[in-house]
Parts: sequence; structure tokens; C-alpha cells
Amino acid sequence: MNPLMLDVIDPFRDWLLSFGVIGLLLWIVLKVLAIAVPVIIAVAFYVVWERKLIGWMHVRHGPMYVGRGILQAFADVFKLLFKEVIQPSQAQPVLYVLAPLITLAPAFAAWAVVPFDAQVALSNANAGLLYLLAMTSLGVYGIIIAGWASNSKYAFLGAMRSAAQVVSYEIAMGFAMVGVLIAAGSLNLTDIVMAQAGNSGLFEWFMWPLLPLFLVYFVSGVAETNRAPFDVVEGESEIVAGHMVEYSGSQFALFFLAEYANMILVSFLTSIFFVGGWLSPLHGMGIPLLSVDGWWWLLAKVGFFASVFIWFRATFPRYRYDQIMRLGWKVFIPITIAWICVTALMAYYGVFEAGR
Amino acid sequence: MGKVFHYFRSLLLIELLQGMWLTLKYLFRPKYTIMYPMEKTPQSPRFRGLHALRRYPNGEERCIACKLCEAVCPALAITIDSEQRADGTRRTTRYDIDLFKCIYCGFCEESCPVDSIVETHLLEYHFDQRGQNVVTKPQLLALGDRLEPEIAARRLADSSYR
Repeated sequence: MNPLMLDVIDPFRDWLLSFGVIGLLLWIVLKVLAIAVPVIIAVAFYVVWERKLIGWMHVRHGPMYVGRGILQAFADVFKLLFKEVIQPSQAQPVLYVLAPLITLAPAFAAWAVVPFDAQVALSNANAGLLYLLAMTSLGVYGIIIAGWASNSKYAFLGAMRSAAQVVSYEIAMGFAMVGVLIAAGSLNLTDIVMAQAGNSGLFEWFMWPLLPLFLVYFVSGVAETNRAPFDVVEGESEIVAGHMVEYSGSQFALFFLAEYANMILVSFLTSIFFVGGWLSPLHGMGIPLLSVDGWWWLLAKVGFFASVFIWFRATFPRYRYDQIMRLGWKVFIPITIAWICVTALMAYYGVFEAGR
Repeated sequence: MGKVFHYFRSLLLIELLQGMWLTLKYLFRPKYTIMYPMEKTPQSPRFRGLHALRRYPNGEERCIACKLCEAVCPALAITIDSEQRADGTRRTTRYDIDLFKCIYCGFCEESCPVDSIVETHLLEYHFDQRGQNVVTKPQLLALGDRLEPEIAARRLADSSYR
């Protein structure tokens, strides 16, 4: 981070810490808010961007009246918040209320280890990658509980599909991460990004030696977040909205928020693991301005991957359920296992060492 | 061999990339949307909108209460009563069109021997009270008076195709 901001933040932190435990807690809450609030706002604008981009790909305009379309997300959010929260009489009362929160919590908790710049991360955990795997897997519990507690057949079907799908793709995703881990030699996300630094800029990124893992990881990420073309969990035309059928108003908004926060998270992770995070594509080439690393590169990469999510949705029809299972188990997992072996060989012969 | 070829074809995601290339091209196409209240689609001179009753240039109403329109109307939307006027001509005393029944087929206009009942180009109208869906003779005549230049121009434009 640039020294000017540090000059402001460091004395403020010291001042807060001088209040003891309460000051420490306050400092942590402030740090959490500094991530959570931008994520929520990003989700709002991401929804607008999705509607615009899909609209353009459908050769129409998308939303264009509320603040020229840009404020449409806020109109949607306020509409949802003002709607009545309806609870089915046969629903499990406690689980029904808990489910959206259980979906949302891991989606936000995962952000704790995401590094935004060389020194900027809420927690620069050494086992960051493991933590991420754990958190992204936890999200499925909310969906299963929602499907169960709603006491509706559609919701239950959606929950079962979600459980099977997420478990299947979790494996491929985990294996893809193993490849990154071998290549970087670390579970720490900051170290993973720094392992991609080198004198030839974008050709040092892991996406070249790990190309199959990169594709598998991103596609698994799409499947994990239950987005088109893997959206059988929601499957509007088959099971209405899957696990969300019985939810209305602000509870539905929570599911929505979790889904989009997860999509942005997967975009962040793909950028960090495979395309060099905040590293400039011209890193080490000594070009003024363009060779400078910084969070703006990370945001640009994230913006690209987040748009690809939407691009997928605008392009592909939904996979049939058995085809999803086939793709996950019979294509992705063999590919990742094979490429992990290749990666191990590459690592053994020093492909990933600095300067190679 | 074909099987192997197909396998690699699907593994390399060629068809999926082709699909994405297509949507990417569409992303930059000019949009089809017409910004309706500000921008409108072109209208044919034969457009069949709200009805009107026309008059002759001397101010006499054209309708002679022959009731052909009432007879031909497939939706039974037209109701006509007639009488003999003091000058001996037959005229309508009542000419009601129920716009809820009307299907805007244009048969009334086709059947009219004196080009009295016409369907104008008006398509943006509304009712705010129950009963306003039945338009009466004075309303139809007033509309005809107001739109006469446009009605005449559109009939002229279409005349060479009839």
C-alpha cells in the first residue's frame, strides 16, 4: 500500500489499540467492515453489470431508467427489503431462518484471507488456501438446510442437486488448487502471487504451465457458485428457483448476496492463483506506469473473470444433470490428477523456480 | 478415428469457444430496442386503430345508416339505431362501438359504401372509467373532424393499391 495511507492508518491503529481489548475488537470490526461493505456494494453493481452485459449480448439495452440503469441494483434491493417475509406454515422455523445466514456467512468469511495488494490482507494466514477450501465448501450447507427446512419438493430437489454438484466439483477444484500449491510451494495467498513474479511479466503467471488446471478451476468455480450453465440447482424452468423457492423479501436478498459475493470471490481467487493477482502483466520489464504492480491490476483481472461468468450465462444452455456429473467425475478429475503429476515433474525439474 | 477426433474436439472446448465468440460479436451490435415513447415504429397507411366517423367537405355526415358495418362486425361491437330526418334522408340516431368487443379487423371500414366509418392511426388511448369503452356517435364524429386531414391523406396514400 502506498506510504501516504500507511501514515494515516498506522497512528489510528495505535490510538485504537491504546484502549486495550475493546480497541482491538473495534479495530478488527473496522477491518472487517472495510472488506464487507465494498463487497456488498460490488455485488450491487455486479448485478447491474450482469443485466447490462446480458442485455447487450441479447441485442437489447438492459436497465436504463433508474439513474441511467446504474442505480437499478439499489431499486431492486429496496424492493426486496420492503417485501413481506413469508414463512411456510410447515417449514422448520429455526432452520428456515438460519439457512440464508449459513449461506451468507461463509461467502463473506472467505474474504478474510484474500490479499488485495502486496501488504493488504485482513489476515495473511499461512494456511490461507486450506481456509478458502473450507469456507467455499461450507456454503453448500446453507443451501441444503434451506432446501430441507422449506418443506417443499422443489426446494428439496434443488438442495439435493446442489449437494451432489458441489461435492463433485469440490474435488476437481481442490485438485486444481493442489497444482497451484505445488507450483508456488506455499499455502499463503500472498506467497502464491509473489511466486508468479518474474522478469517476463505475464508469461510467469501460473496460467501457462497450469493451463488445464486454470480452466478446470474456473469452470469448477462456476459450478460451485451454481451459475449458468451449471445452474440446475436453481433451474428456473424445472424447479422454479430450487432452494430459494420458499424465500421472499430480505431472506431471498441474502441468498442473492451470497451467490454474487461467491462469484466475485471465485473471480478474485482465479486472478490470484493463476493470473498473478496484483502483478502487472508487464512486471519486470521496466516500462514506466504499466510495469507498476498494484491493486488496480487485480481489480481489472477480477472484472474480466466476473464478466466471463456473465458471458457464460449469456452463451450456454443449461447442462443436463447427468452431463454435469459426467463432466465433473469423468473429465475434470482425471485431467486434474494427470496435470498434478505433470506439475510435480515440472516442479522437480525447476520450471517454477525464480528466473526460469 | 472419428471418435478420437470428436474427443479432442470436445476436450479443447472448440464449440464452446465458438459460441462465446458469437455472443461477443452480438455484444457490440447496434441494439434492436426502440425507445417507445420517444421513438416509434413506422406505421402503415392501412393501420387499424381507434374508429372515427367522417363527414363530407360540406359538413354533412357521410353515414346513411345502411347498417352494413353492424351486420359484418364479427364481434358484434357496433350498435346502430336510425330514423328519417326532416329532409327525408335516413340517418343514425345512435352509433355505438364497444371497444372492448372490437377486434380491430377493419371489416366495418371495408363494408362501408360511403367511406364513413374508418379506423384511424390512433393507437394510444385509454379509459379511466367504466362505460367509457363504448364510444358514441358524437365522439366518433368529433374524432373524425379532428383527424380528417390525416385520414384523407392515408386513404389517398393507400388508394393506388386498392
